[in-house]
Amino acid sequence: MSDQTTKLIHAFSALADLGEELADTRDFEEMVRTTLHVVLGALGVRRGAVAEYMQGDDTLRIVAAWGLGDDAPATLTFAAASAEMLSAPHPRALSLSESDQLELVQHQLGDTLVATLGELRLQLVVPLVVHKKFVGFILLGDKATDEEFTLYEREVVRTMARHIGVGIFNHRLLREVEQRAEESRGLYDNLRTIYRDTVRAFAAAIDCKDKYTQGHSERVGKYSEIIAREMGWSEEQVEGIAVAGYLHDIGKLVVERDIINAPYKIDAKQSSELNRHPAAGYEILAPIRHPYADIPLMAKYHHERIDGRGYPEGLTGDQIPPGAKIVSVADSFDAMTTDRTYKRRKVFTEVVEDFRKNAGKQFAPEVLAALCRAMLKEVNGETKERVIIKLLGKGYLEPEECRPLLVELIAELESGVSLAAAQ
Amino acid sequence: MVDSHDRSPVRSARSGDIAVIYASDYLNKLSGERIERECRAHLGAGCRALVVDFKNTGLVNSIGVSIMLGVIDAAERAHAPLVFSNVNSQAAQLFEILGLTLHASLADDEHAALRMLSEVNVAQPRRVPVGKHT
Ligand SMILES: [Fe+2]
Repeated sequence: MSDQTTKLIHAFSALADLGEELADTRDFEEMVRTTLHVVLGALGVRRGAVAEYMQGDDTLRIVAAWGLGDDAPATLTFAAASAEMLSAPHPRALSLSESDQLELVQHQLGDTLVATLGELRLQLVVPLVVHKKFVGFILLGDKATDEEFTLYEREVVRTMARHIGVGIFNHRLLREVEQRAEESRGLYDNLRTIYRDTVRAFAAAIDCKDKYTQGHSERVGKYSEIIAREMGWSEEQVEGIAVAGYLHDIGKLVVERDIINAPYKIDAKQSSELNRHPAAGYEILAPIRHPYADIPLMAKYHHERIDGRGYPEGLTGDQIPPGAKIVSVADSFDAMTTDRTYKRRKVFTEVVEDFRKNAGKQFAPEVLAALCRAMLKEVNGETKERVIIKLLGKGYLEPEECRPLLVELIAELESGVSLAAAQ
Repeated sequence: MVDSHDRSPVRSARSGDIAVIYASDYLNKLSGERIERECRAHLGAGCRALVVDFKNTGLVNSIGVSIMLGVIDAAERAHAPLVFSNVNSQAAQLFEILGLTLHASLADDEHAALRMLSEVNVAQPRRVPVGKHT
């Protein structure tokens, strides 16, 4: 085989290698480094580098270098004006070794860069331009033969440069997309925090209106969260139901304060006014874009009952959204365990009796069972935090007393659940 | 063909103050850079000459050529003569066309390379007389 043919085949197979390397996006730096080897090895060039133009801080970042020694700089200064000048499509390779070109090259690259490249013994500068945007350079030193680059060799380098330019461009695009995704993730987190703070403020506003139920919304949020987690909901869903708990009574904001704060049992008319609050809450919440699903529905249906005797729509069983079933239990549990205007709170044995009596009627048994399991775990010291115990106050749950009650009730509720499931 | 996870060491041996590095089949990938690092390590440890043996190396592609140019650079910076041994005829033609043989000599095998280097007074000349590969 003639030398010329061998050389051609070698360069050609290098181009093929280049395609393969550029398709490999696992590691950008390694990809660029490998492609640099391909370019240098294709033409027998002793040293070189691939530099990426970092717009904004006007530098060239050396992504890969070979044969420049250990002292090679990591970045080179580069004027934005030069980048603009070099942004023409199909740029020519610039030679620092040809004296008749030097003036033009100095004009395009700037004296500082030309001097640095001279020190590094890099003499051929091939701009990488993609979509009329300058993205960097391939910088080449002298050939091992010590000969000048032929026209054909410059063509090979230009072809490779087009490919490498696209590789860098694509990588940059990918990086920007990732960065945007990161930013919007941050933004999203921020929004969530703002949203949650807003929700808390709302909850405080709701509870403010009702002086005897201060902290009620927050507690319902916490109980709902605990129950949902115990029922195996995802963290995202758990966050959602906590919000629903905080906001379930938001409709009370439009109900007359006198009725809410009535120091006696309200009459039928007042009661129907008060019973507007779930639907009113839905009206308030529905137009808001919540980051969690079904919040307005949970507010709307938190006074529905399994047996269909609830309000506002008298839904039965599984017509009621699961979240609303949870908020309903949390809501009632807090109502039973806190003092109200017209009655003192129930003692724990009474709560257990209420649960037993109303399982499958007012409350979903599987939700009650989950709340009881969560309480039992706290009583048994199986949880890191004792949220329920703290919310109920010291001495409310006496371990010796409540443990057997809970165990028994859980067994009953769960057998009922499995019976219901078998039906 | 990125293979940074391939961390097996480059095989090398010392014969007096000459280091023999076996190119093996690392050469044509980015992992071939380890060959150059191995050479620099030997030069740093006081070796006065290098042999790169291509006995188990098939084709040499553009990456392989670039890696060898790096070895040449390292050897020249240390003023150490360099011999390539067991280079097949295709690779030999390529090395010649691309000018690598202007900076490194070719020897039939490792022994010939060592013999060649032991005959050289390395204090003065940088380059071994080029023995044309057959
Ligand atoms: Fe309510």
